[in-house]
Amino acid sequence: MKFTGTDSYVATEDLMVAVNASIALQRPLLIKGEPGTGKTVLAHEVAKALGKNLIQWHVKSTTKAQQGLYEYDAVSRLRDSQLGDDRVHDISNYIVKGKLWEAFTADSSPVLLIDEIDKADIEFPNDLLQELDRMEFYVYETQQTIKAVNRPLVMITSNNEKELPDAFLRRCFFHYIKFPDRDTMQQIVDVHFPDIQRDLVREALNIFFEIRDVPGLKKKPSTSELLDWLKLLMVEALPVEILREKDPKKLIPPLHGALLKNEQDVHLFERLAFLSKRERT
Amino acid sequence: MFTNFFYELKKAKVPVSLREYLTLLEGMDAGVPGYRIDDFYYMSRCILVKDEKHLDKFDKVFGEVFKGLEFMREAEDAEIPLDWLQALAEKVLTDEEKKLVESLGGFEKLMETLKQRLEEQKKRHEGGNKWIGTAGTSPFGNKGYNPEGVRIGGEEKGRQGKAVKVWQNREYKNLDDTVELGTRNIKVALRRLRKFAREGAETELDISDTIRSTARNAGYLDIKMVAERHNKIKVLLFFDIGGSMDSHIKMCEELFSAAKTEFKNLEFFYFHNCLYEGVWKDNRRRHNDKTTTFQVLHTFPHDYKVIFVGDASMSPYEIVYPGGSVEHWNEESGEVWLKRTLDIYQKAVWLNPVPEKHWDYTPSIQIVRQIFTNRMFPLTLDGLDRAMRELNR
Repeated sequence: MKFTGTDSYVATEDLMVAVNASIALQRPLLIKGEPGTGKTVLAHEVAKALGKNLIQWHVKSTTKAQQGLYEYDAVSRLRDSQLGDDRVHDISNYIVKGKLWEAFTADSSPVLLIDEIDKADIEFPNDLLQELDRMEFYVYETQQTIKAVNRPLVMITSNNEKELPDAFLRRCFFHYIKFPDRDTMQQIVDVHFPDIQRDLVREALNIFFEIRDVPGLKKKPSTSELLDWLKLLMVEALPVEILREKDPKKLIPPLHGALLKNEQDVHLFERLAFLSKRERT
Repeated sequence: MFTNFFYELKKAKVPVSLREYLTLLEGMDAGVPGYRIDDFYYMSRCILVKDEKHLDKFDKVFGEVFKGLEFMREAEDAEIPLDWLQALAEKVLTDEEKKLVESLGGFEKLMETLKQRLEEQKKRHEGGNKWIGTAGTSPFGNKGYNPEGVRIGGEEKGRQGKAVKVWQNREYKNLDDTVELGTRNIKVALRRLRKFAREGAETELDISDTIRSTARNAGYLDIKMVAERHNKIKVLLFFDIGGSMDSHIKMCEELFSAAKTEFKNLEFFYFHNCLYEGVWKDNRRRHNDKTTTFQVLHTFPHDYKVIFVGDASMSPYEIVYPGGSVEHWNEESGEVWLKRTLDIYQKAVWLNPVPEKHWDYTPSIQIVRQIFTNRMFPLTLDGLDRAMRELNR
């Protein structure tokens, strides 16, 4: 069982080794990288390539570790007791399973994606140490131990908003998705738009890497933005000439809204365009 | 098998533990990397390195330990540290210096030799009389004795004294917030600032309200929920960095480390000597990644508490006059910027690492103290305590 990328996802060699090592040694894999370099998509693609189910746990700032295991719905039990419902005698009726429980008891080993773990409270990763290490946890209400039948492949993504605790890191494998170089980027574009014009891509990539090189941009455009932009260019059926045009009046690339995501960046870019125009005249 | 590798990593300050080492062996045992050195490199990297900031150190150690394996490309070993070249680019020669350069066959020649040597040289160098490095006698490097030397980076101690203009790019170390030693006391002092409030999603059962409502509801349960308690305090921290602050760096690191864990809503910025129109968050990119002070003042609402940390020791011009800054031309004086900040944020203090008894001898400290209407406190536990009380009033 080896992951070698899919027909819709270009995996670099180091990424493949990292994924395969975490499969072989059954450790969680922590993925970091610039936003939009395909961290979340990786889990989808790994699941697809290995023919596994994907269980997604999307972490928010209010998410508690316990919610991933199970929740005891005491309030509805209390209400049921008031109304004289018979269900009330069995406590297991009020245990709501979380994503980890779901992943542990799945028939075949699934891929469990814990998305954006850095969004949660600082203590969140610490609360999951044992559960991810031993792949089991204890349900106090029903006094049973839930143990993983087939250890799921755990993938965790982080955007670096918070530092993760050392104890947690020690249990994970780590991979940092580098921003793809030009060749890899070309491959990625080829995979996503197989019948796009070659020269359109070349011009678009030129502009794209130029924009990324502009110093002081708040949010550099990344892979996903490039793909969106190319899609727009194709939908609008813009001819290549427009991209190639070096008319100083039109230095802002067409449909730039897909690449530059805040108005300061657009202003900065306009200012630079203005400056270079002045230099030429 | 790889014990040497493991210890070299530890020596290079890559945080690795026994656990990771055992995992690496387990991985080798399971035959994950096969028989390719590239795969071994990738696997050991993903097991041993847990943060992208250590990747560079790891690569270096890996290259050294497994040198015989011909894995690392030769060229990478000889890569020239970026800061050297940057400093080189910044170097502006005066006429006097240019004349001196003639003695080595002209500027062009000098630069050429320099480039040649940089290429030959493979490691950072200290001492010696040929290679580029620090404290040598070769014409290239820093703190050298050859008068026609080209200075690369670095800051001369002693000669500078009270600088009037320092245009040279200076590299400052980012504050390290991993210092744990001695931060506990500071944390306890900072704890005074805590203010709990219930905000956000209602997730907790409010027992007293539930009982009251249930009684009113003729005994039928009426559940009431409240939001969880959170520390609501919001803090904006401005750190003076570099120059005369270097001698206080340890104390500041401790404070920074404590504050970072204590306050969830903490925003910090760096400045140099006095607050002007720009502040920055990352010292390595301070020259091209500045935030305008106006943006900071407009972004954070007035209920933020503001803490300045700095020694306030500078020439009074730097505070009072436009253009007084040692690093750049400032349109408006530091005083204007400090007052502007104080107008918005009612709760603000200045923490000063200089002992309180010396304050009277430095005019600039007195000026800053006046601007802050006496809300300047020494950076001691007691001073911190007083400062927090002031912020909480």
